[in-house]
Amino acid sequence: MDRMTTEDLRQVLRETAGEDGIAVVSEETLDTSFTDLGYDSLAIMETATQLTRRFGSRLDEDELMERRTPRELLNAINHALAQAGS
Amino acid sequence: MSGATPVLVTGMGVAAPTGLDTETFWRASLAGQNAVAEHDGFDVSRYPCRLAGRIRQFDASEHLPGRLLPQTDRMTRLALFAAERALSDAAVDTGALPEYGMGVVTSTACGGFEFTHREFAKLWAKGPHHVSVYESFAWFYAVNTGQISIRHGMRGPCAALVAEQAGGLDAIGQALRSARRGTALVTTGGVDSALDPWGWVSQVSGGRVSTSTEPEEAYLPFDERAHGYVPGEGGAILVLERADAALERGVSRVHGVVSGHASTFDPPRGSGRPRGLRRAIEAALSDAEVGAQEIGVVFADAVGVPQLDQEEAEALRGVFGPEGVPVTAPKVLTGRLSAGGPPVDVVSALLTIRDGLIPATAHTARVPAEYGIDVVRENRAVPVRHALVLARGRHGFNSALVVSAGDVRGRHG
Repeated sequence: MDRMTTEDLRQVLRETAGEDGIAVVSEETLDTSFTDLGYDSLAIMETATQLTRRFGSRLDEDELMERRTPRELLNAINHALAQAGS
Repeated sequence: MSGATPVLVTGMGVAAPTGLDTETFWRASLAGQNAVAEHDGFDVSRYPCRLAGRIRQFDASEHLPGRLLPQTDRMTRLALFAAERALSDAAVDTGALPEYGMGVVTSTACGGFEFTHREFAKLWAKGPHHVSVYESFAWFYAVNTGQISIRHGMRGPCAALVAEQAGGLDAIGQALRSARRGTALVTTGGVDSALDPWGWVSQVSGGRVSTSTEPEEAYLPFDERAHGYVPGEGGAILVLERADAALERGVSRVHGVVSGHASTFDPPRGSGRPRGLRRAIEAALSDAEVGAQEIGVVFADAVGVPQLDQEEAEALRGVFGPEGVPVTAPKVLTGRLSAGGPPVDVVSALLTIRDGLIPATAHTARVPAEYGIDVVRENRAVPVRHALVLARGRHGFNSALVVSAGDVRGRHG
């Protein structure tokens, strides 16, 4: 995978944190913070671990955990993937 | 504690091998339905111990939000299930009460074995990046308290107590003290589950698990054939409320009153000093302001190991006199549930008071005369106003709790 979509991210979040009681990540909620969406810090940590595992050493797990919104996280991932691919 | 506000049991939730709701569990106890069977969770044919009390037909996804599934061990799922049942039984709207007026005190003796076993397997087979971040708390003794607290918005005094079996009673004792000090509502009890392969070898290596393959003969507390116990899984969660707070929110139905509690710790064997169980019983009766002659039944710890049975019988003889009180252990039908067992016994004690019917110790038949205790071998119809529940934890923990008949105004009589 060279580029991660909103739907891809939603899938990973579903595996790591479920979807009950949490606002689903979609185009409408890309700029809502993970905290406001209902994800706690461990859910984000687990998500970052899963993404790092999926994309290997191209991603920095610590940096991913700093991202506050789905859009920031997607941008960070896709930026790293583009850098690695170029 | 005369003059103090009574502490009521307003809700009960049971997750036992014999039933996932209170009435089903109670009917099974009175009918002598045995949940002890060959452990079929994995291949136990090469293990020295093969019988267990397993909970079947528990599908966590039916009872819990999907969000909680990736982060919880089986024991936590059972605890969350029992807590929700208890709060529903108490008909309490937690959102309408002050969050700092509600606390949680629970006990688990084993922690999250199955979850940890799975994550350790990933660690060794695939590496650290494959280990779930939720391992950080899913194994932990305090996790059931934490998850219940978060789910139900209870931010008052919270604690987790670990004392093997005795911890399950100590938790309820701590909840009692917390309510006496002013916490309006405390969710309390204990749940354990460690029947995965790693949990199983850990329990078996303790050396007290029965090697029998006959479900009716494996766990025979106070019987001359006693040779160990059968491990099981599950537990119970109770809702305790101060009577003044319960009155204020309009509680009409009460299961009973938690009257008193005490814990002691044994001196080292060989010290010549007496074991601590008798002292725990006497201190609990004193805390409850109930005389020994007023106790209508004892739910015994009943390990099923001859020396420990003899020591428990000696403590009971000392306090109540020879054959001075009916003694029972319906837990033979579920196996010993670690910290989950004593809270289940508290539920049984309250239902005994409600129905005037003491459930039998199924399977136990020949009690040595020198024990001098009246083991209930057939269900016994007799009015009971006060019941004593006992629990001991390996390495010296003793705990005793008194529950009594009562209504929202407090104890009867």
